[in-house]
Amino acid sequence: MTLIKTQHNRRSFLKVSAAAGGGMLIGFNWLTSCTSQVKEGIPIPKEWFEINGYIKIGDTGLVTIYSPNPEIGQNVMTSMPLIVAEELDVNWDHVVVEQGALNPDAFKKRQFSGGSLSIMQGWDVLRMAGATGRRMLLEAAAKEWGVAVSDLTVSEGIIKEIKGERTIGYGEIAAKAVDIKVPEEVELKNPKDFKLIGSFKKNVEGPKLVTGKPLFGIDFIREGMLLAMIEHPPAFGMTVKDFNREEIVSMNGIRDAFTIDISVESTRLVATVFPHLIAIVGDSTWHLMKAKKALKANWESISELENSEMHTQRLKRDIEKGEIQESRKDGNPEVAFSKAAKVIERTYTAPFQAHNTLEPMNFFAHVTANKAELIGPTQTPGVLKSNASTLLGIPEENITVDITRIGGGFGRRLYVHYGLEAAAISKKMGAPIKLIYSREDDMTAGIYRTAYRSTYKVGLDENNNIIAYSARGVGFREGAIFPNRFPAGTIENYTATKLKSESNISMGAWRAPRSHFAAGAEQSFLDEVAEAIGKDPIDLQLELFDRAIDNPIGEKNEYEAERYAGVIKLVKEKANWGVETPGIYRGFAAYFCHNTYVAQVLDLIMKEGKPIVNKVWCAVDCGIVVNREGAINIIQGGVVDGIGHAMYSEIKFENGSPTDNNFNTYQLIRHNQSPKEIEVFFVESEIKPTGLGEPGLPPAVGALANALYKVTGKRYYHQPYATAIQDQSTIETTLKG
Amino acid sequence: MAVFNLNINGEQHQVDVDPDMPMLWVLRDSLNLVGTKYGCGIAQCGACTIHLGDVAMRSCMLPVSQVGNQAITTIEGLSEKGDHPVQQAWLEHDVAQCGYCQSGQIMNAAALLKSNPKPSDPEIEAAMNGNICRCGTYVRIKEAIKSVTSNT
Repeated sequence: MTLIKTQHNRRSFLKVSAAAGGGMLIGFNWLTSCTSQVKEGIPIPKEWFEINGYIKIGDTGLVTIYSPNPEIGQNVMTSMPLIVAEELDVNWDHVVVEQGALNPDAFKKRQFSGGSLSIMQGWDVLRMAGATGRRMLLEAAAKEWGVAVSDLTVSEGIIKEIKGERTIGYGEIAAKAVDIKVPEEVELKNPKDFKLIGSFKKNVEGPKLVTGKPLFGIDFIREGMLLAMIEHPPAFGMTVKDFNREEIVSMNGIRDAFTIDISVESTRLVATVFPHLIAIVGDSTWHLMKAKKALKANWESISELENSEMHTQRLKRDIEKGEIQESRKDGNPEVAFSKAAKVIERTYTAPFQAHNTLEPMNFFAHVTANKAELIGPTQTPGVLKSNASTLLGIPEENITVDITRIGGGFGRRLYVHYGLEAAAISKKMGAPIKLIYSREDDMTAGIYRTAYRSTYKVGLDENNNIIAYSARGVGFREGAIFPNRFPAGTIENYTATKLKSESNISMGAWRAPRSHFAAGAEQSFLDEVAEAIGKDPIDLQLELFDRAIDNPIGEKNEYEAERYAGVIKLVKEKANWGVETPGIYRGFAAYFCHNTYVAQVLDLIMKEGKPIVNKVWCAVDCGIVVNREGAINIIQGGVVDGIGHAMYSEIKFENGSPTDNNFNTYQLIRHNQSPKEIEVFFVESEIKPTGLGEPGLPPAVGALANALYKVTGKRYYHQPYATAIQDQSTIETTLKG
Repeated sequence: MAVFNLNINGEQHQVDVDPDMPMLWVLRDSLNLVGTKYGCGIAQCGACTIHLGDVAMRSCMLPVSQVGNQAITTIEGLSEKGDHPVQQAWLEHDVAQCGYCQSGQIMNAAALLKSNPKPSDPEIEAAMNGNICRCGTYVRIKEAIKSVTSNT
């Protein structure tokens, strides 16, 4: 039996009250953990008691769950309420999920939809809230009938006497449950008894999405609002000097044009790379787009105008001489390499990439003398609020930030500069405005994924045993090296170094930061090493994990070797690895990030001289699977995203300007390039659930590169791979040979 | 500015806008029909797909002056109760992730199936290739389209 506390230092994590219109309302803090280990004497943060999640049990038995978590397509608006409903023990068909109003006061630092953390952080508190509701409803029924709670049982919202005939629905007893004292601790279900968790449930917003309901920030309409667009400098390293304002404001449908300054003390999550911008305000988006075309601005250079060749040279230099961000060393790799009978060394690179959320950046703002209302797609409302307070000189308690459904995140909506821009424009106009980026604005003022360069090296003895391993990687924001991840812990003489180089391009987190590159490079390298020593790549990695299970090297290894090996064995079995099928070219890769283990086998076929991904097999260990439907969907999406970006996507710079500004030249994966089938298998587990938004992506890059090698006989070291495959004759010759 | 009488989702609408204004912005800014999405503005992503008669069109590059009296259908008007076979298939296959591109995907798929009720896989890919899904729901989109063809 698992008990969970509902209070800390006699302060309840929940508030219970009568619901408007009848029934019971349970309020709690959705986004903080109620079981975090708090050392005695450390005061618990105030925001733990802020209420932002609500469960309403109406007198008809209809349960409404108000979810405040930002929905960026990772399906938390379905999966998190499912956890509440499981412990509450109600029929999912009687549950309605609403986007809850936000109280960002509660989230000064904590509210954050990123790092695939939502489910992991919410698990305990969501269960606690549901279980408390169930317990209080049971106590109310017991009191009503003059029996003990132990005489009662509940299923799907109906309470029954074990030895009697009486039954009562949650709706009928809810009003009376309000008067029950909140229990100090409640019993949680045994995972074996889960009925909803682990089942297939459809996205609760599906019906609204397929009928075009206004859910997204860009759809938000306030009576009387004006529309606004920005024009940012054409290059990183430039700022605005002046522009033809009089001509612009005389244009049809244009209300005003001016420059704004959103300089605040810059933090990573503001990303004000262009603090000075031209803003144009008008009646329709089309008028604004025409005005943008008519803009004649003078820009001036304030720092170096960089280009891609310069970036390549800097990474080559700084993989040796850059600032070391993190490193690890086990044994004596220098000596081991010097004694090695054979050394294999390979270098991998990837270019800058844009996020390209399909919904461009946008935000609504209504700023008055001492108040601000901000509404739009952000993953970090607390960051926006505090910075808006600084920018506007309005106290935080007079600022509200509300979140809409988000048309794609991938890390981009962690950065709040566009919310600040909307606020500055509204303040200047003294009117409600909605700021919209054009696709060109969105792609050329990105918070890009950095370019990377990593070099991997192994030393082999005369019997082809791996005696030394080295990984060294650099990026402009961060190198893509995780010194304490696999194969750390499996090789005696090991070194890993993460380094940083400098650029004035704005950069930030991009889905599965650094892992998206590290997995492809490391898993391609190990595939090549396995071939060099005459081993199957899966066998080689399983041997390394055996070492980590039996006798790991070092103490800081960030993975559980059994679970890692578990997903590899699962995918090996499901994909029937080792059985060669004519015309099918297979690649394997595995990776652990964001607390979840994923292994994949990718099958390529050749069609009209082009490699096509026929099927991807994925084995996933994310602990308990909350909503199987949503979990499979997001893993499939990660695989497509990984393949697409490794294969096709790249942004280059010339004189500080991105060379691509729309989807006519920036290539995103499309229908005909997508895998034909993606099958997902989960390791059955009773371990607390971990995230799925990111971990499906990284191994797809390695599995793709390794399968491409099988087709072409060429190893792929540089993304995007499609550029390297351009010579189709190479492929065809190989096939004929 | 000029006055245009438009037949949208079976209703007459009068708008007074620039003749070169694309239908996308007439729908979104003048008529508050925001189910049709802006993604690229150059007919490369398909998020803005509507029907002009029975044909799928990218509304971001369709000037209002070229519409005339042809019937326009948007995602809001594809079915009265949200139960068009393609919408039902999208729900059944739980296609959406972020969902932003899906109204364009659905409109494009509905037009495809109207002109070609039993498309082959390559025909589906060719017809849907102009619709980008940044979340990568392509596998489910194709399954959903194929389920409609097998149900009819």
